[in-house]
Amino acid sequence: MTGADILRAFKRDGRIVVVGASLAGLRAAEALRDEGFTGSLTMIGDELGEPYDRPPLSKQVLTGWVPADGTKLPRRRDIDAEWLLGVPASGLDLATDHVRLADGREVPFDRVLIATGVRARPWFVESEAALDGVFVVRTREHAEGLQRALAAGPSRVLVIGAGFTGSEIASICRERNIPVTVAELAPGPLVGALGAMIGEIAADMQRAHGVDLRCGVKVTRLEGDEQGRFRRAHFDDGTTIDADVAVVALGGIRNTEWLRDSGLAVGVWGIACDTGCRALDLNGLITDNIFVAGDVARCPNPIYEYRLISLEHWANAVEQAEVAAHNMVSGQADRWPHLSIPLFWSIQFGVNIKSVGVPTFADEVVVVQGSVTDRRFVAAYGYRGRVTAAVSFNNAKWLDHYRQLIETAAPFPPPCPTPDQPADMKPVPVDFPGPTLLAQGATVVVTGHDPSERRVTSVQRHR
Amino acid sequence: MATTKTPDTLLRILDYSTRADPYPLYAELRETPVALQGDGSYVISTYRELTDILHNPHLSSDVRNLSHPVEAFERSGTPAFINLDPPEHDRLRRMAMRHFGPPHTPGLVAGLEPDLTATVGSLIDDFVGKEQIDIVDDFAYPFPVTVICHLLGVPREDEPRFHLWVNAIIDSIDYNPKTDPKEKLTNGQQATTDLREFLGGLVEQRHGRPGDDLLSRLANDDGPDGRMTDDEIVATANLLLIAGHETTVNLIANGMLTLLRHPQVLRRLRDEPGLVVRLVEELLRYEPPVHIIPWRASYSDITVADTTIPKGSRIILMPASGSRDPNRFHDPDRFDPDRRDNQHLGFGSGIHLCFGGPLARRETQIALNELVRRLDRPRLVADPPPYRRSPVLRGPIHLHIEQGDG
Amino acid sequence: MRIVVDLSRCEGYAQCAFLAPDAFRMHGEEALMYDPNPDDARRDQVLRAAAACPVQAILVDRLEGRDVLAERSKS
Repeated sequence: MTGADILRAFKRDGRIVVVGASLAGLRAAEALRDEGFTGSLTMIGDELGEPYDRPPLSKQVLTGWVPADGTKLPRRRDIDAEWLLGVPASGLDLATDHVRLADGREVPFDRVLIATGVRARPWFVESEAALDGVFVVRTREHAEGLQRALAAGPSRVLVIGAGFTGSEIASICRERNIPVTVAELAPGPLVGALGAMIGEIAADMQRAHGVDLRCGVKVTRLEGDEQGRFRRAHFDDGTTIDADVAVVALGGIRNTEWLRDSGLAVGVWGIACDTGCRALDLNGLITDNIFVAGDVARCPNPIYEYRLISLEHWANAVEQAEVAAHNMVSGQADRWPHLSIPLFWSIQFGVNIKSVGVPTFADEVVVVQGSVTDRRFVAAYGYRGRVTAAVSFNNAKWLDHYRQLIETAAPFPPPCPTPDQPADMKPVPVDFPGPTLLAQGATVVVTGHDPSERRVTSVQRHR
Repeated sequence: MATTKTPDTLLRILDYSTRADPYPLYAELRETPVALQGDGSYVISTYRELTDILHNPHLSSDVRNLSHPVEAFERSGTPAFINLDPPEHDRLRRMAMRHFGPPHTPGLVAGLEPDLTATVGSLIDDFVGKEQIDIVDDFAYPFPVTVICHLLGVPREDEPRFHLWVNAIIDSIDYNPKTDPKEKLTNGQQATTDLREFLGGLVEQRHGRPGDDLLSRLANDDGPDGRMTDDEIVATANLLLIAGHETTVNLIANGMLTLLRHPQVLRRLRDEPGLVVRLVEELLRYEPPVHIIPWRASYSDITVADTTIPKGSRIILMPASGSRDPNRFHDPDRFDPDRRDNQHLGFGSGIHLCFGGPLARRETQIALNELVRRLDRPRLVADPPPYRRSPVLRGPIHLHIEQGDG
Repeated sequence: MRIVVDLSRCEGYAQCAFLAPDAFRMHGEEALMYDPNPDDARRDQVLRAAAACPVQAILVDRLEGRDVLAERSKS
């Protein structure tokens, strides 16, 4: 049989297993069928029920508008899959090509897609995390619980961590007229992802909306009453605050522990892969039947000096899923690289924040359009004289232009004037906090050159 | 170099004799995506380049940024937001939007549905038994005019007066000092003055008299951006009055023409009214009401498709050509109401995206649904029909049809 | 009915919020919040909104009304 014959046979009646039944897994499955894969397709997921969308959980669901179980993802097509739900995968055996489930079942595959995503980072003291009124937000059960707690009219909510999720939750609290305190270790909200200048703007925005924002502080202890209900938080500066609800928004943990002994290049930053979404093994060699997509994939991006980057962005999950699916059923010559520029959005305090590129890959930042005071502007990020990212506040219609500047390595700061350019356009150092602070919740992490985990030293991670 | 192989392509497009079918000329234009003209202006006609430049912050809508002053604009008064750049554009558009759409007035267009249906119904009642109908004069013109007058608070009785002014203004948009008689320009300028005076009178009456119409709201509003000056209100009302019907009349007339040229689609639409939603999007791609955005300026040097357009140049955008670009749309010259991924340029793109697009869509959807439901075996009397002069806002001046046994 | 909006594509044109104001709401000038599971009674409005999106960011379920999971689950 020739290579083409083998591929045809595989597309006709091969076995594909998708581990992770959320956005990336579902879109990959749909794309596989679109590509003409007619073999058996198995979807493995640790949560029960159909794949659902997560971004609304920290927004529409928490306002009480949309019920937590009302975010099931629409289908682009029938995928004719076998669904193994409610049981997490516990291992991957590359010698025999099996996925092991936690209940002991073994699922054989010819090719497998790993899309297990991230889970919320829990509060670091288990007994305190278990207090009534202490929440994380990642699943719909989390969101439902927190929504109910907010609807009950708490005297105060404490949000720990002012990354995107924490800031969005604080925004919802103010919308619902609930007093809210935000505690952030960094000098400002969103600093880990977008740097000090935007952090300052985000801080002003929070305070203007009545958030009690406390930066540069660490929550050291969550205190409960005799009934086991959260009542008070202690800070490292000796102060305390009384609240009924604490939301722990300290980012996520990639669900890669189940792969620890698999022989793949796995670490806390995800699973290293090539731009074709093929996983690397521990030695940095490309595997041919193991693919990765979504939040767990660490993929090199040529625009950013081929650094391995993992992103927890919605669009990244969708695009990687489609590239992975295509490559799973294509021969070497027909494979696609995943080369898109990262895109991200957040909705908070009535402002649409969007970013393009990798803002952490920058040394300077400058407001290029609009007015910071009006909270309508675009800021461009530069690294050694070229544009590497941009962030907009209520100015999204211009962002695509900056994507092109990034793709073409356009000079930074952008030299040509625009009609809406601030008079004092002057680049400032981007000023990201050191790695220990970044652990609090950057959304974009550049994690170094080498695919093998032992060579990676950064401790950055994102929400 | 960006000079087009056929330097007269644009002139031939502007020439009235090609009005009925400019599309082959658009194909010719697209061979040079960014084409330098003899007078130093640049024509952009391909989809990718159009969407890029419409998102380019160095593109100015303000003719004061042209390096050569333009006679046609010297007397036109306070510009409306369509001819301004941020932050002024954003502020004025936002202030007008407060009374027309989300986030401040989200339900207005959806709430107009009963009124739109009733207006359409009564216009059709008037010609339902007649064998000869002019879809333009009997329907496509009076319908949106009634709607925009009602929304703005302009008395419907004044329509014959501003009809003449609007026609003269539209006619002067593509004024070319080399080929056109001077009257074409002066008539347009006089009409602009007259229409603005007329609107100014209405605005004056509205001060201190809060009402539901847009003029009253603009004259009495104190939103987060403050209040528009009277000149700004007049400029805005002027824009909305012109755009509010000159475009929709063409969309409806082009729509009916296209349906009559595709009888199988017309039959399908009668049986399947829900088809109208995608069908109107396809119309906006295939036979849009706005073909040319004739006045844009480069605020600084702009590079598009490897061509650098120097600061201060005039840029002419050809969105109707972009929507027929085979590099973006499969089989672009085919009218396909089932088309997916129909990201057309019918309403433009970027910050100047058509202000009234949602209203135009609902008007056209309701109009076409009712026309095909109630007309009895409609047939075109002449194909092509006679066209309006304007190559910018392009559509039939009359669309005579026969129905029944006539 | 089920929908999802690709908000990384969304540029805040608000066409959907005009045409289906119960399912799509602007949060400030540019940010869109939407109901991912709007009432079937709003179906026509939602389809109009999806078709009108200038960046075609609204995906409507193509397998509407079928319990895909129950039908296909063999475990």
